[in-house]
Amino acid sequence: MAYTENELAKDLENQEYKFGFVTDIESDKAPNGLSEDIIRFISAKKKEPEWLLDHRLQAFATWKTMTEPSWAHVHYTKPNMQEICFYSAPKQTKKYESWDDVDPEMKETMKKLGISMEEQKRLTGVAVDFVMDSVSVATSFKSKLNELGIIFCSFSEAVQEHPELVRKHMGTVVPTSDNFYAALNSAVFTDGSFCYIPKGVRCPMELSTYFRINEGGTGQFERTLVVADEGSFVSYLEGCTAPQRDENQLHAAVVELIALENAEIKYSTVQNWYPGNKEGIGGIFNFVTKRGICERNAKISWTQVETGSAVTWKYPSCILKGDNSVGEFYSVAVTNNYQQADTGTKMIHLGKNTKSTIISKGISAGKSQNSYRGLVQIHKNATNARNFSQCDSLLMSDECGAHTFPYIECKNSSAKIEHEATTSKIGEDQIFYCQQRGINIEKAISLIVNGYCKEVLNQLPMEFAVEAQKLLEISLEGSVG
Amino acid sequence: MIKISNLHASIDGKEILKGLNLEVKAGEIHAIMGPNGAGKSTLASVLAGREEYEITEGTVDFDGQDLLELSTEDRAREGLFLAFQYPIEIPGVSNINFLRTSLNEIRDYKGEEQISAKDFLARVKEKSALVELDSKLASRSVNEGFSGGEKKRNEIFQMAMLEPKLAILDETDSGLDIDALRIVANGVNKLKSDKNATIVITHYQRLLDHIIPDFVHVLYDGRIVKSGTKELALELEEKGYDWIKAEVETH
Repeated sequence: MAYTENELAKDLENQEYKFGFVTDIESDKAPNGLSEDIIRFISAKKKEPEWLLDHRLQAFATWKTMTEPSWAHVHYTKPNMQEICFYSAPKQTKKYESWDDVDPEMKETMKKLGISMEEQKRLTGVAVDFVMDSVSVATSFKSKLNELGIIFCSFSEAVQEHPELVRKHMGTVVPTSDNFYAALNSAVFTDGSFCYIPKGVRCPMELSTYFRINEGGTGQFERTLVVADEGSFVSYLEGCTAPQRDENQLHAAVVELIALENAEIKYSTVQNWYPGNKEGIGGIFNFVTKRGICERNAKISWTQVETGSAVTWKYPSCILKGDNSVGEFYSVAVTNNYQQADTGTKMIHLGKNTKSTIISKGISAGKSQNSYRGLVQIHKNATNARNFSQCDSLLMSDECGAHTFPYIECKNSSAKIEHEATTSKIGEDQIFYCQQRGINIEKAISLIVNGYCKEVLNQLPMEFAVEAQKLLEISLEGSVG
Repeated sequence: MIKISNLHASIDGKEILKGLNLEVKAGEIHAIMGPNGAGKSTLASVLAGREEYEITEGTVDFDGQDLLELSTEDRAREGLFLAFQYPIEIPGVSNINFLRTSLNEIRDYKGEEQISAKDFLARVKEKSALVELDSKLASRSVNEGFSGGEKKRNEIFQMAMLEPKLAILDETDSGLDIDALRIVANGVNKLKSDKNATIVITHYQRLLDHIIPDFVHVLYDGRIVKSGTKELALELEEKGYDWIKAEVETH
């Protein structure tokens, strides 16, 4: 049995998506298309206050003046907004009191995702806000969090229960006019998660949300807002898988993080949207705006493991507004077959002594294109700002591409900016070395890839790291016999 | 243990091994010497299963099995170990993780249970002492940032951990200072038993002062052209390879 790189590449192409299944839950859908009426429909459906409807309509007006950006290193057919259904909710109207009341089919779906609630409950304190399509259907650990004054709920619920907090913070980090997809999201978002950690509180458990696109042809416009009040700490997990699809599905989420003085937010993502089949048909378009703002001495750390989606366009960023604030970005992005990813981060240094770290690991296989795009911006008052960036690319085949677009803008001469980049092809020598020690080719690749990503995987909470490692294996393993 | 008969191997259409014969029995140490380009490292690569080489003729019997029919990993699992001339770095993968994966793959192949963490660590401690390897190196990434000598010692450490039937040391002495050479040789000697065998590929006689071979072979132009005992190595050291070349060419 001899494997050449080409054979290996062929094997990698034959990877079918392992989470492709559709749950049949009757849904309550809006007619396709986008107009002011649809926005009013969504807002009414969600019984929203007037100010929020106004916010949506204003965003819609802004959006209409904007054009879809084309600077990213990705190629795709632009989604037709009039063919998209902007609202879909699972039909059950009643909220579940206990886990036993939840639809068995939904439980089955979660089981396939490997995150059954039963298991989650037994696990030490992972509170899950599970989003199926657009409406949250199950929330756990709520009472425990309540005792500490922590709010962790669906975005819709937050709008009803804590309107003052939502109104105060929403759109302050990602304004409605920020970009085409952020404006769209602001107009039509259906649900998402909201989290508030009160002053000085250290959230004792990982907060976790599983996103999932379930209804055929439904665009998902999630909205997440995490506010960490002064001196608080929270670790937030977001993970997602989606069922197999023939048509492209648009996913344009907005995530806003606010870390007030001395607060720390750790935001981890494992992203596994359906990437399309091996001919490049279908798959999710993932156009996400994620940004956080740090006040004095605050810290925001983004960690992402991106393996899914047909097209990804995503730059979790940090605005280091307060002095001594810290921003971190750890990323593994895997692309296979015809997947395209243009991802990276922006570190905006405004305050003095601000520090940022960027560790990006790209892995390209098949005929995929994987780009890192990053901006490090040092403003003129950001004395003694520091940045360290490391962008590595690993190529698994002869037909894939890896690109790096680092931008640096520096207006303060005391800044110190370091950038390191490497591109390497997975070594036949490394694989042979493993094989000579009795390790088969699949395990060898998994070992080498996991080693390559170690700095990023180490940033993930334990159970998430194991899941991410599995996901990397699934994304890259070949049917080697 | 291993019987190589009339082995022909080529790379990119160029024949390197041209009818090589060699038999090694359990309990023996064989040294293979020869000038640059004779095919020494090719022999090691072909036996280990490196895929760039094409075997055009010949057979290799390894403990009753047709070695050439086995995959690279199955050869390793059957007990063939190659100490690399240039050990490979695997960033981010700890030596311990690498070895445990390796050991368990081999055990799995043999239908044995996975080694327990306790037994594994005890073994790491015991075997790293054998080659005077700093136990800290065991938790560092495989060969990454190791000095030349540490890399070679790490190869012998791995060999000690995996307890192969047949070990092939490919120029293990190259780049070693006298102390490291002694340590590596010591390790090999301590691992010697009547159940295993070793093939030592080397340029220089000096390694053979420490690892005493039962047989010495001269590989030249893809064939074993002369075999003898330790004295042959001394003679080569003294006279070089030219007289061998002359001898071969007059035949």
